[in-house]
Amino acid sequence: MKFWQTRCAGILGMAVPLALATITAAVAADQPPIKIAVIAEESAILGKSITDGARLAVTDINAKGGVNGRMLELVTYDDHSSAADAVRAFQRAVQQDHVSAVVSTFISEVYLALEPWSARLHMPMITAAAASNLITKQVHDDYDKYKYVFEGWLPSPVIAQAVCDSSHDLFVGMLHMKTAAIVSEDADWTTPLDATQAECLPKAGLQVVDHVRFNPDTTDFTPIFNKVEANHPDVLITGMAHVGVQPTVQWHDQHVPMPMGGNSGQATNPTFWKTTNGAADGVITQTGTVPGVALTPRTIPVAEEFIKDSGKFPAFTGFTAYDGVRAFAEAMQRAGSTDPDKVVAEMEKTDMVGTLGQLAFYGRDDTYTHAMRYGPKYVTGVFLQWQDGKQVCVWPRDKCPNPLKFPSFIKLPEQASAK
Amino acid sequence: MLALQILVDGFAISALYGLGAVGFTLMFGVCGVLNLAHGGIMVIAALVGWWVAADYGAGPYGGAAAGVLAGMAGSFVTYYAVIRPIQRSRAIPKVEEEIFILTGTLLWGIMLQVGLNYLFTNNPVSMQPLLPGVLTFAGVRIPWNEVLIAVLCWGVIGLLSLLVNRTRIGKQILAASINPRALTLLGFELGRVYLIVWTIYGVLAGLAGVLLASFLGASADNAGALTASAFTIVILGGLGSVPGSLIAAYIVGYAETITAYLIAPTLRPIPALVILMIVIYLRPQGLLGRR
Repeated sequence: MKFWQTRCAGILGMAVPLALATITAAVAADQPPIKIAVIAEESAILGKSITDGARLAVTDINAKGGVNGRMLELVTYDDHSSAADAVRAFQRAVQQDHVSAVVSTFISEVYLALEPWSARLHMPMITAAAASNLITKQVHDDYDKYKYVFEGWLPSPVIAQAVCDSSHDLFVGMLHMKTAAIVSEDADWTTPLDATQAECLPKAGLQVVDHVRFNPDTTDFTPIFNKVEANHPDVLITGMAHVGVQPTVQWHDQHVPMPMGGNSGQATNPTFWKTTNGAADGVITQTGTVPGVALTPRTIPVAEEFIKDSGKFPAFTGFTAYDGVRAFAEAMQRAGSTDPDKVVAEMEKTDMVGTLGQLAFYGRDDTYTHAMRYGPKYVTGVFLQWQDGKQVCVWPRDKCPNPLKFPSFIKLPEQASAK
Repeated sequence: MLALQILVDGFAISALYGLGAVGFTLMFGVCGVLNLAHGGIMVIAALVGWWVAADYGAGPYGGAAAGVLAGMAGSFVTYYAVIRPIQRSRAIPKVEEEIFILTGTLLWGIMLQVGLNYLFTNNPVSMQPLLPGVLTFAGVRIPWNEVLIAVLCWGVIGLLSLLVNRTRIGKQILAASINPRALTLLGFELGRVYLIVWTIYGVLAGLAGVLLASFLGASADNAGALTASAFTIVILGGLGSVPGSLIAAYIVGYAETITAYLIAPTLRPIPALVILMIVIYLRPQGLLGRR
């Protein structure tokens, strides 16, 4: 008798979840999918990673049954990093393809062009990397209108604070540096970046001796390096994303004797070593994460899925797009709806384990409304240094105690004073 | 020290501009073709050179050779797929041929740019320096690669001058640029001369693309700017005039370098446009133009 009871319980134990799964799948198959749009430049490495990250998140969410019994479907649009193309794609996504949320570009100027359309068409939207503080300023200043806009990466002034925090530990603490030059491309995201760095670098122990802003179309950086070098800074604090390969290669080939730190968006790409033929050796930049670093329990599994899926470790926008889609999916799940206002209300309550840290957004009364929260409890990003062809995590020091290494042409303060 | 730096940098960049523009102007002078896919062909050479060097371990010289071959291949495809069909078409009146070639090469250039973006992404790439290391002279750091680029550019331009002035085929090219009809009447096959010019053009554009990739880096997004740069130099020097293009390359190169060093790097492209406006106003045929 006991034998039959155990057998029956076992069969029921297997049959009930199987039946429920079949019913859920059948219901999901009956209901139309929830469409998520991705608007990014497919021929840019940062843009391609946005699409790949969003696609991976959709696959993972669908494998677990979707959202409220509905599958997710990704609709992708190539904006060629053009504001006009992005706006056309956004209009088509909302009015023709009836998407419920948008994950978008890494370029601030393009995201700013989409912001009024997100407000006008009441379409929740998140950027994977656009960092201009104007994005969140508009949300803060006119919340009711712009509340649909989220920033899935840190805003420029916060990035600047991270640069100053890391510079204090790395350049001042470890290398005894005293002076820095700020060298940035002339773009929307670097205006607040430079202003904040000019304020916080002296507090971190680095006096700013020069400040150069250059045209993002610049191809010959020799005059810029010469001008900066004349003021004898110990380190160059860069703010670059539109450019990266050319200044790095010329810095290396011309043996410019100061290290490069700060932000170099293209140096976050795992292919940067190859595209610069190894000239990246010694370059330090902020990024989301690097191979082998477990910022949360999700970081490494998602990175491994990426490698399995696309054959390579993604740029940091792959992780931010992945988290952006998950944040939307969880908000829709909690809201039990895709109604934009309800989704926005639930997005504001986001407090989930992301791939780069604990993901939450600043609130209505905070300065950077709807931007990703910064701090040791949330997301800080990490600083990597290219060493012998590998991205090595060097900051925060508690997570990344690796030593710094520089090519032989770099003159560190001790070496310079010994001469 | 600053003056020496300007002198050296300006010389290297001008030599590279000159090499890029010489093929472009030769093509117009002999074949009457303004090739608006010029930047695209330079970028093909740069990207293929980088790809072969990086992915197949061919080293900087192997990559450079592959890049020049790719430039030649790009040149032949442009000639056979775009130019010849237009020149042979009976539907296109002779008087409208130039505008069709302009439009055809413009569209072909866009196709090349989009295709290269798809294959290589739009991230710039940089080839390994052909000669690594830095020469320090009077307190100025000069990468050896920059010196080599200037020497190579002038070497190739010198060889081109020898070819045109001292060889039988060079004289045919010269004659084709002056009076193609007379050359045909004398029994020379014009098609063969054109093919040789397209070959020379492919080598020049390919070499310029490879040297550009090892000096400043290149991406498919640069294709339009490279065509515009060659176009500006050629208009300034006079369409079809090789010496004019070389003089114009040095005027533009030094004007840009002086502006970048003494005024602001951001204003670098401005002086070339101002000089171009002045020359077009005062001397529409360019500095040494003859038509």
